Order: sequence, then structure tokens, then C-alpha cells
Amino acid sequence: MADKEKVTKKNISKRVVLHFPKRMVDEPILYRLIKDYDLQFNILKASITPEAEGLMVVELKGSRSNFDQGIQYLIDSGVKVQPLSHDVTRNENRCTSCGACITVCPAAAFYLEPGSLEVRFNDSKCVACGLCIKACPPRAMELHF
Amino acid sequence: MTKTIKEINQKIREGRAVVVTAAEIIEIAQRDGIKKAAEKVDVVTTGTFGPMCSSGAYFNIGHSKPRIKLGGGRVYLNDVPAYAAFAAADLFIGANALPDDDPRNRNHPGDFNYGGGHVIEDLVAGRDIRLVATAYGTDCYPRKKLETWINIKDLNNATLFNIRNAYQNYNVAVNLSDKTIYTYMGVLKPELGSAGYSSAGQLSPLFKDPYYKTIGIGTRIFLGGGVGYVAWPGTQYSPDVPRSENGTPRSGAATLCVIGDLQKMNPRYLVGTSMLGYGATLTVGIGVPIPILNEEILKYTAITDAEIFAAVIDYSGAYPNREPEILNEVSYAELRSGKIKVKGKSVPTASLSSYPRALEIASTLKKWIKKGQFLLTEPVEPLPGPESGIAFKPLNERPF
Repeated sequence: MADKEKVTKKNISKRVVLHFPKRMVDEPILYRLIKDYDLQFNILKASITPEAEGLMVVELKGSRSNFDQGIQYLIDSGVKVQPLSHDVTRNENRCTSCGACITVCPAAAFYLEPGSLEVRFNDSKCVACGLCIKACPPRAMELHF
Repeated sequence: MTKTIKEINQKIREGRAVVVTAAEIIEIAQRDGIKKAAEKVDVVTTGTFGPMCSSGAYFNIGHSKPRIKLGGGRVYLNDVPAYAAFAAADLFIGANALPDDDPRNRNHPGDFNYGGGHVIEDLVAGRDIRLVATAYGTDCYPRKKLETWINIKDLNNATLFNIRNAYQNYNVAVNLSDKTIYTYMGVLKPELGSAGYSSAGQLSPLFKDPYYKTIGIGTRIFLGGGVGYVAWPGTQYSPDVPRSENGTPRSGAATLCVIGDLQKMNPRYLVGTSMLGYGATLTVGIGVPIPILNEEILKYTAITDAEIFAAVIDYSGAYPNREPEILNEVSYAELRSGKIKVKGKSVPTASLSSYPRALEIASTLKKWIKKGQFLLTEPVEPLPGPESGIAFKPLNERPF
């Protein structure tokens, strides 16, 4: 699956899934990413499991070289880095264009197409939170890891 | 100008009938005026596609060897209990039935992944269904156990029989509390975070014939992708409610009990549905043709979403406690715009009823009629109008 990557001039913007092992949970990793590698970041999801492992889904933006170096810093520090690929898909055979998903989605990834009033899914806005999966009445939304 | 259904049917047979959808008639009436439109147009087709909980189907599965008496026994279809209270081989399944071991809302909100509505969809789609039955045994029906795959094409009868469908208007649900609630109108975010509604609005059968001048018992309709009929007024049938000047009710009014041959229907229009935290149900597609017998009838068919109103009700408090408070009235045009105003706040809206699929149904029915494959019927009995004084009552609880 292609990574969610956008390239504008020299800057790239990429969504990644970070797994922090137990011993690192209280280290200021993101602070270093901003300060030392000049990367903007947007936290899409953050959680700490009972085993005190940290999971973060972030969107990182910066120059190509800063981004690559920043990712290398994370890996060298013991953080597992994975690209966020297209996790949530819509089964077009099941979608009935009812529109129940529109207010459930926190990222406004669903919208009504003016005119036809069909429900469109903009997956580049999707943050893979999964709220739509069970809220969809005909169960047209699917979560893939 | 008056036409009769007989005349219109003759035109249909000859391929000369002018048939348009409820969306098209709006433009035609605005462009040509009511009088000209009524002269020109013979039939307006309407459509709706939304969750309709009071739906179900009955079947005759055929006799086993030796025979078993299902009536009075226990029967499961894909682990969903069916109602076995008829004769030996007759069964009924309702859209909201759930497997015995479904956790329901024990871990709130429950998923309700599979229920009666899903069994009906699987059946119509031609998939094999597991039937498990136990019976008490009689001399003439000695068998006590039956486990077999069944398929709709092998059944003697499979009839869709929905005791309440096609609601003429419904509420708009909001949530005034501080926690998300899970209702049959969808997931409602706290503190007026979202609003749910469910109606085809200006495409909807009963909105386009608000006083039931043409739709009655025996009206032939599009049902679930096949042909069906209006069998009776639906449950909670309530014509005597406040109405706008254009005749449309400002809250839920009439409903239809509909019936049709499930073996000729299509799973695109009968979709098993899971409402998070609420239950399993069936989303049903219905289309009703309206014969343009005079100008008055045409006038109703040209009503727009901006002229139909619904009541905004708090589903966290007023609705569950059966309190009558209405927060606001909004038009279907406002609902479809994506935002309505409630208590000074801008509330995003979400529908449960699919406008595109309702339009598809109205267009399909239009095609059937134009091809001469579908003739209109005269109702054998009209549906009671508001003058009947019928309005549905709450339960008067009498504890014993």
C-alpha cells in the first residue's frame, strides 16, 4: 500500500505509526524531533497500553533531509516506525449512501456530494480512528492493518 | 382536468404514459405551472430507502420426512430465533430478532452484528441459511429435531410482510446530555453535537400524497426490488396530527403495512442493518406510483424539501421519558444542507435514509411503468384520513 505522503516544494508530510517500548515512555522523543530536526508534527492518536508500551500516530512535516534524519533518530532510539497506510476502506457494494457516517467522523472524511447527495469518502483525511466502522448501519466500512 | 386510473393504465399499456419521478415533477411544475403539469403528466413515482424496524418475512419450508411440527417448537435461522407459532412448516422472522447469545448492550454500545434483518438479506441474496429446529412431537408429526440448509429458491413460499413501513415524516433526534448516546437515529454526539433524521422528504411516497387520495389498500408498489402491495394501514397509523398548509404533517403520521413476494426481490433494496447500541434491523426500499388524477394531486407531488417540516426532539431525555417537548421545527432542506439551528447552536446533521437510493427506486419504478411492465391499481379501500380522528395512543399502564 502506498504511504500517505505529500510533497510540496522541498517539504514532505508523512503519517507514521510509532511504537515506543516500555523504557522509553517517559522520554521527550517528540520534543527532540521538533528541536533538533525542525519537524512540525500533528498527533492523530496517542495511547499507552497496560504493558506501558506507547503508541502514537503522528503526521510529520519538514524538509526531506530533516524528515529522514528525524526518522533515523527515532529508530536509533529504539522506537519502531511504520508508515500509516490506507487502513480504513469502504466496501462500495455495501454502502447505501445513507449519510450516518458524516457526523460520526472526527476528521470530516465523509461528505455529501452536492447535487447527487451521494456520500463520498475522502480517505486522505481519514485518521484511521475506526469510529465509523461500527457506526455504519450497513457495515460498509472496513479496518485493515 | 380529471383522469382515471383506468385511462392512465390504458396509456401505460400503449407505451404513451408520461411518467416522471418526484424530483422531476418539482422542476416541471415550477417551469410549466400546476395546471399544465397536471394535464401533461400521468404518473409521478416516489421512493424511499431507510431502516424500517417493523419488517419481517414468513415462509413455508416444506415438509421433512418424517414430518416435524415447527409450530410450538423452537426454530433458529443462522442462530437467529424465528417465530414458530403457526402450522407445521410455516415460520416468521422479524428484522430485529437477535441470536440468543448476542451480548446486546451488556458491553454498551453493543454491535448487533447479525439479526433477523440480516437473515432476510441473506435469504433474498440466495445464500444458504442454517435451519435448526426442535419440536415436541405428535403422532402425526413425530420428528423432534431438524437441522438443514435452506435456500429461498427451494421454499414453497417466501413473503415479505412488513407491518410498519414508509413512515410519513419522522423526528429529528438530538442529544442534550453530556455523553454520546446510541439510538435508532444513529450515534448522537453530546450537547447538540449532531442531529439524526430519516426521511426521503420530497421523494417520499406519503409526503407526496399527504391526504392519501391515491394510495390505499391494494395499491401496487415497488417493494424490495420486486412488486408488492399496500396491505393495510401500518402500526401506529396516525393521520390526525398538526399539518402545514400544504397538507404535509409536521410529525410522524401515516404508515403502511406492505406485502410482496420475497423470491422476486433484490438484496440491493433489502439490506441487513446494524444500529450501534440499538439493535439489528432491515433497511427497506419502497416506491409508490401516484396517478395524477387532477390538479390537486399534482400540486401535492410538487412539494419540495423546503416546504416539509420535522420536529427536533431530545433523544437523551424527552424521547425516552415520553415527554412531549419539541425543541424546534426544521425543514428537510435545512436538514440536507448539513446544518440546522437548535437553541442558538449550529448542529451538523446526518441522515439514515438514503436520498440517492430513494431516487434510484423512483427512477426504476418510472422505467417499469414506461415499459408497460407495471400497471397502477385502484385501492380497494382508502386509508383513513385526518378526519377519521385516528391518532396513535400511548400505553396506559395498568399494573397487576
